[in-house]
Parts: sequence; structure tokens; C-alpha cells
Amino acid sequence: MAEVLVVVEHSTGTVKKVTLEMLTLARELGTPAAVVLGGPGTAAALTDKLGEYGAQRVYVAEHSDVDGYLVAPKAAVLASLVRDVQPAAVLLASTQEGKEIAGRLAIKLDNGLLTDAVAVAPDGTATQVVFAGSTIVTSRVTRGLPLVTIRPNSVTPSPAPASPELSTVDVTVDGSAKLATVVQRVAEAKGARPELAEASVVVSGGRGVGSADNFALVEELADLLGGAVGASRAATDSGFYPHQFQVGQTGKTVSPQLYLALGISGAIQHRAGMQTSKVIVAVNKDADAPIFDLTDFGVVGDLFKVVPQAAEEIRKRK
Amino acid sequence: MKIVVLVKQVPDSGVERTLRVDDNTVDRGSAGNVINEMDEYAIEEALRLREAHGGEVTLLTMGPEKAAESIRKALSMGPDGAVHVLDDALPGSCAPATSKVLAAALTTLEPDLVLCGSESTDGRVQVIPHMLAERLGIAALTGARKLTVDADAVTIERQTEEGYEVIRAATPAIVSVWDTINEPRYPSFKGIKAAKKKPVRTLSLADLGIAADEVGTAGATSEVVSHSRRPPRSGGAKITDEGDGGVRLVEFLATEKFV
Repeated sequence: MAEVLVVVEHSTGTVKKVTLEMLTLARELGTPAAVVLGGPGTAAALTDKLGEYGAQRVYVAEHSDVDGYLVAPKAAVLASLVRDVQPAAVLLASTQEGKEIAGRLAIKLDNGLLTDAVAVAPDGTATQVVFAGSTIVTSRVTRGLPLVTIRPNSVTPSPAPASPELSTVDVTVDGSAKLATVVQRVAEAKGARPELAEASVVVSGGRGVGSADNFALVEELADLLGGAVGASRAATDSGFYPHQFQVGQTGKTVSPQLYLALGISGAIQHRAGMQTSKVIVAVNKDADAPIFDLTDFGVVGDLFKVVPQAAEEIRKRK
Repeated sequence: MKIVVLVKQVPDSGVERTLRVDDNTVDRGSAGNVINEMDEYAIEEALRLREAHGGEVTLLTMGPEKAAESIRKALSMGPDGAVHVLDDALPGSCAPATSKVLAAALTTLEPDLVLCGSESTDGRVQVIPHMLAERLGIAALTGARKLTVDADAVTIERQTEEGYEVIRAATPAIVSVWDTINEPRYPSFKGIKAAKKKPVRTLSLADLGIAADEVGTAGATSEVVSHSRRPPRSGGAKITDEGDGGVRLVEFLATEKFV
């Protein structure tokens, strides 16, 4: 069986969950092979985890050029790897970087591209959910191999232990891929909460939360449930919470097991970012809020009464 | 400085949007059509750069005849003129084909800087800046929340999961902007009047040296096999808080094994 290349998403020495999801999916399409792109010494910390989830081979492409510039070197390395390996498919995460690498790869290989897939069938047909979650589309690449980016939290990762063979990939990046230089990377303290796009539980606050201080309530509930904190655009535009936590159109798309919307009315632009969540719960004082069209459980009431009581009840049960 | 801003007309994301039954493309006839919201931030940024450094701002769009309405609206914010790539062969173009057309148009315009929004609200694919960069051999700097331009280089700051990054490249370059970068201005009455007289040049595929079968559904590199309405979510319980709403919420979470 031909290999399926899974481009590894990693951060600070750990494999991101979406990669394990892609490796799980890749098993249905061919022989999973992981591709690690990064600076020198990146792969060593990642290979055990990749093997645990079924990578039969790990391609290691390490060079300071790979992460010293924006995405172009990664696309260049991948393009030459795809030409050498002739894989059955190439999967990347549907993150900004994953999509950008895929976009460049599509041009380099004169290949079609599908983004934001939530499933891929063995024949390469991908399923996408579009227009704020209202429409399901199946589509396929008609020129070249299936080149697909996968939305995080779309597949349940399951281990399938393997002992991956390591293959070193020669990294030669010419000047045309080194035009956008990363001058500085600044890490900001982000605390213990899971990353929004990957979290199994997301607790979001909207205009109804009323102030930045009141977001402590949202954070408290998120922490009790081991979740990430999100916010509606109304909340981020009002300065209640930082923009990078915005869920919806022009923000993040999330697809957690549980989405809890607090004081969010559920405008279509917000629904665009959360409608594929498995279980949706909302608290809102307006019984006619459109968010209640989506909920598996809705509470019409004052979130300042309901949320503290819920937090107290969770603590009691722990 | 010569700035080109990529603008796309999209179906209004605030109302129901659908795919057509006959050719599986986005139905651009039924919903109201508007300027892609993110593009307004790119236009605003271009106007601010023109105010600071001089030069001219040209809009570039690819789309059907009625995209002309959105071009006029966008011009009323203050750009100097626009180029509209219009051709019967274009509908149904995939992202790689779209980038081929826009790259050819940009080659004729020779900008120092290309600005665009980070994504369109219809496709949300986010790949066009890097596809253009790949085709034109110039840098793409994406997701800018801050942009500075000096002599021959651009520098952006962008949000990442870990914090933020500073990226720098020589011009010409493509920069996509996030909606945190500025607050787009509203067109003034004077701006709206002036927009009516601003030059809008129409280019066909022949003008760009691209054959009809390289674009549209004929030249597409991917295809929609099927599409259907997602069944509405239903069957959820809705309770009114009578003093025990929080407890009942947690009871529900417990039955779903989240607690």
C-alpha cells in the first residue's frame, strides 16, 4: 500500500492532537507516514508519539531554514518529498499554517486542494461542512493526488502502536523560499488551558457576560470542565476578552465534544465557528435567542445566577 | 507606493447561503451580495499607507458582472481606481485557477504591495496569498494585526497560538490582514459621489493571456461531488431557570459524562 503523508503539527516538543487524528484517518487511506518539518533536533521528541498512533515511517526534515521563514521552505521540502515518494494522499491540519503550506504545495505540484475536511473516505473523497454549518459537501481532487487539510477534532484518535522507520530528508531551500523572514517569535504566557481549536470542551462568553471582569465566571466554568475559553465577536469587540479567543467567522472554528455558550445570542457569524460541536449547551436570558435552535440543553435564565450555581454543583460532585 | 487591494464580492454571511443544484457552485444570485468583510480592513490599511507615504491604491477583483456594485462601494471608501477581471469562463474556478488569474492581473499592475483580507466569508480557504506568492515569486506575510512599511520592506506582527511573531520581507510583497488591524472608515457622501467617476478597467481572460479551459469548471482541480442541507439540530431540552437552573445544567452534563 502506498504511503499517506501526514504533516506533523507540533509545538514546543509535543505532537498536537490533530496530528494523532490525521494518523488515525491515514490508516484508512494507506500506510501512515509522518513528516516532521522543523529546526534541528525537532523530531527526536516526537517520534515515539507518532509511532504510538500508527506512523510506519517518520520523514525527518530538519534545518534552521525550515522555521526561519514563513511556510515557503516547508512547502518546498514537501513538494520534493511528494515527487520522490508518490504517496496515496497528503494530509495537513486545517490550521492557518497547514492550509498555507497546502496552498503552496498545490501550485508547486499543479494539484487540486481541499480544505477544512471533517472526513476523508478511502477513495479520497472529502466531507466539508460549509456556510456556517448549514450545508454538507462532498468533494474530491480531480487533478493530482488527494491533498486535504483536516479540521481539528473531526476524528477520534486511536492508538495503533508501530515502530516507525526514520528517514532523513535532505533539506535544500533556495532563495525564492526565503523571502519572508521570521524576525522574532514572542511567547506569551497562556496558562494551563487547552488550545481553543483542539479542546474537547469550550466554554464561551458573549455580550451577556457584560464586562472583562465578569469573564472570570466563564474561565472558572471552563477550568472546572478542563476546557478552553472562547468568546463571541461581540465580546471581543467590546474588549471583554482578547481577540485570539474569538469563535466564529473571522475567528476560530471549533468542533469540541461540548460547547457551552454563556450570554451568546447565536448570530449566524458565531454559529459559523461552532455549529459542528457534538453537544451544545447555552445559558441566555432571552428565550428567543437563536442559539437555542442549536442546543441539546438550554437554560433560559440569568447567567450570573445559573453559572455560579453550576460551578458550585460541579465542585460538589468532584 | 503602488498598492493593489484584492477585493471579493461574497454572498451576505448574515443570511441563508446555498450551493446551486445545477453546477454545485456558490449561489451568488439568491443572497444579497456584499464586499467580503475582511477586505474592508485591507482597503483601510491601504488608504492609511497612501496617506502616510503617498502613491495610489487600486482595487483588483475577479467576479461576475454584478461585482461592479461592490467595486463602486469599495471605491467610495477612497481608493483611486479598480480593475475587474470579468469573463464568462470564470464561474466555478477553484483556488489554484483563481490565483492564476489574479497573478496574471497583478503582473500587469506591477504593485509594490498587495493587500487582502485574511479570508473570504464564503470559501474561508485562506490560501490565495500564498498561492499568489508562489506564482509571482514574491513574499506572502499573512494574518497581520500590525503592518509597517519602510523604504523597501514590509514588517508585520501576527498572532500565533504561542504568542506573536514579527515577519519581514522586501517589497514587492503580499500582506493579508486580520480584522484587528484597524477600524475601516465609513464612506463619506463626497466619497460616494467621487466613486461614480473613478476609473474601473475591465480585463478579460484573453487580455491576461489565459485560455478559457484553464479556469472555471473546465479547468477546476477539484470538484463538488454532492451537497445537501445539514439537518437542523433538534430535540434539545430548554428549561427556564426557577432557582435550580445551574444544578439541572450540571445534571445534563453528568448524563453526557462531561462531569
